[in-house]
Amino acid sequence: MRDVAIIGVGITKFGELWDKSFRNLISEAGTKAILDAGIEGKDIDALYVGSMSPGRFVGQEHIGALVADCSGLDTLHIPATRIEGACASGGMALRQAYISVASGINDIVVVGGVEKMTDVVGGEATNILAMAADQEWEAFFGVTFPGLYAMIARRHMYEYGTTREQMAEVAVKNHENGLLNPNAHFHRKITVEDVLNSPKVADPLTLLDCSPISDGAAALILAPLDEARKYTDKIVKIIGSGQASDSLALHGREDICTLRATVEASKQAYKQAGIEPKDVDVAEVHDCFTIAEILAIEDLGFVKKGEGGKAVEEGMTRLDGEIPVNPSGGLKAKGHPVGATGIAQAAEIVLQLRGEAGKRQVKDAEIGLTHNIGGSGASCVVHIMEVI
Amino acid sequence: MGLAVPRFWREIPYRYNLIGSRCKVCNRIFFPPREVCPYCRRKSLGKMEEMKLKGKGRLITYTIIYTPPSNFENQVPYAVGIVELDEGPRITSQIVDCDPEKLKIGMRVEAVFRKIQEDGDTGAIYYGYKFRPVGEDEDKGETG
Repeated sequence: MRDVAIIGVGITKFGELWDKSFRNLISEAGTKAILDAGIEGKDIDALYVGSMSPGRFVGQEHIGALVADCSGLDTLHIPATRIEGACASGGMALRQAYISVASGINDIVVVGGVEKMTDVVGGEATNILAMAADQEWEAFFGVTFPGLYAMIARRHMYEYGTTREQMAEVAVKNHENGLLNPNAHFHRKITVEDVLNSPKVADPLTLLDCSPISDGAAALILAPLDEARKYTDKIVKIIGSGQASDSLALHGREDICTLRATVEASKQAYKQAGIEPKDVDVAEVHDCFTIAEILAIEDLGFVKKGEGGKAVEEGMTRLDGEIPVNPSGGLKAKGHPVGATGIAQAAEIVLQLRGEAGKRQVKDAEIGLTHNIGGSGASCVVHIMEVI
Repeated sequence: MGLAVPRFWREIPYRYNLIGSRCKVCNRIFFPPREVCPYCRRKSLGKMEEMKLKGKGRLITYTIIYTPPSNFENQVPYAVGIVELDEGPRITSQIVDCDPEKLKIGMRVEAVFRKIQEDGDTGAIYYGYKFRPVGEDEDKGETG
């Protein structure tokens, strides 16, 4: 297996982007990544793109070919493949692209992630996101996506004494980081009281515990490490990649407070990278809801199970903390165009490791981790990267 | 999203009568029914039998939904929980016939037959199970 590097990144603004279409977004991210890497269209051997539900969000399937087409790559006739794994679609696309380069089948690969979520009206986005849950045995009975994470939150509070205030601190921190990210959906400071007093969505979670419905796209260029220097001297190497699955329904899992898919995926990635959780300098984790960031730092091994809430409260995950988590603002403040998220996380880590993250730069970051969840934890993808 | 009636009709035995399945190799019980036991896998092929569950259990966790899917807008706020049945399987269901604020993790609950949702004004009406709290004295099930 060959070593693989990320040689280019591109990301759009995230938010309610009424003037941008699905096609505008992904071609903007892709072309930015191509320019960043210094490659040309004819260098590209294959394209992968992660997207959760363009069929329902914009009424379009057959996304692989569409993205090649609208990015001006149709005349090259490269293989173009769409990957779907709910909110982990982006992370999964990155892993497939990584495997294709590592295997030697492809050299230069462009991998993107995209979701255009604000072309549907009313509660339709909630209905579409609920499709990542078990339609027949969860959603049929009226549980929503926030409802599933609310049930995890209540059980976590019951078993470990995690408090509403500790969960709110996740949102407060991520909004602080989002203020420093020009591409973030939200640029607004919030307080613990704001979170607790915002409208109830699924008790105990309120509106400000939830990531928003966003439009956006991101893209990366992958190359064999041996050839990467031809294009750039800012090389970030993928040193670990893991992916795991679990029962689709939350009720199918023995321990409601542990996402086993995170535990298993990160175990694979740590083993391949030859590092331990404490070696990670910066992480982008899947905070679709505040409780999800608490679960993530526990299941990734940054803290012991049950101590996530306390760690957040004590500032361990702040920009100047022991392990800065979600310097980009995370899904909560940067925004969560679901298919784009896994790729945007990797783009943020690449910028952090190159020292190009501007005001939100984590000091001396050399090893970074991305953690991308699908559904209530039925899929997880973890990547570890190192600057060389 | 309009769906053809068979999509609902084929699940009626399980949703109306809580029919699960038992693996005759390891005796584990599942709901909803499974074709393959995830512990015995190939050994369980052809050895999964249907089994009616009693519909008694305890509440593992719950939430109160304020922002519902579109077919549930006339029900808010409503409680949804995960119930662990006395036979072992866990099940997601609405928790009804009580003040949602008074729900507690660990409380005993039992299944009741109710209307779940309707597909707009002219579509099918879907029925199935919901759970409601029961006092310990009315309930002879195991306590958890």
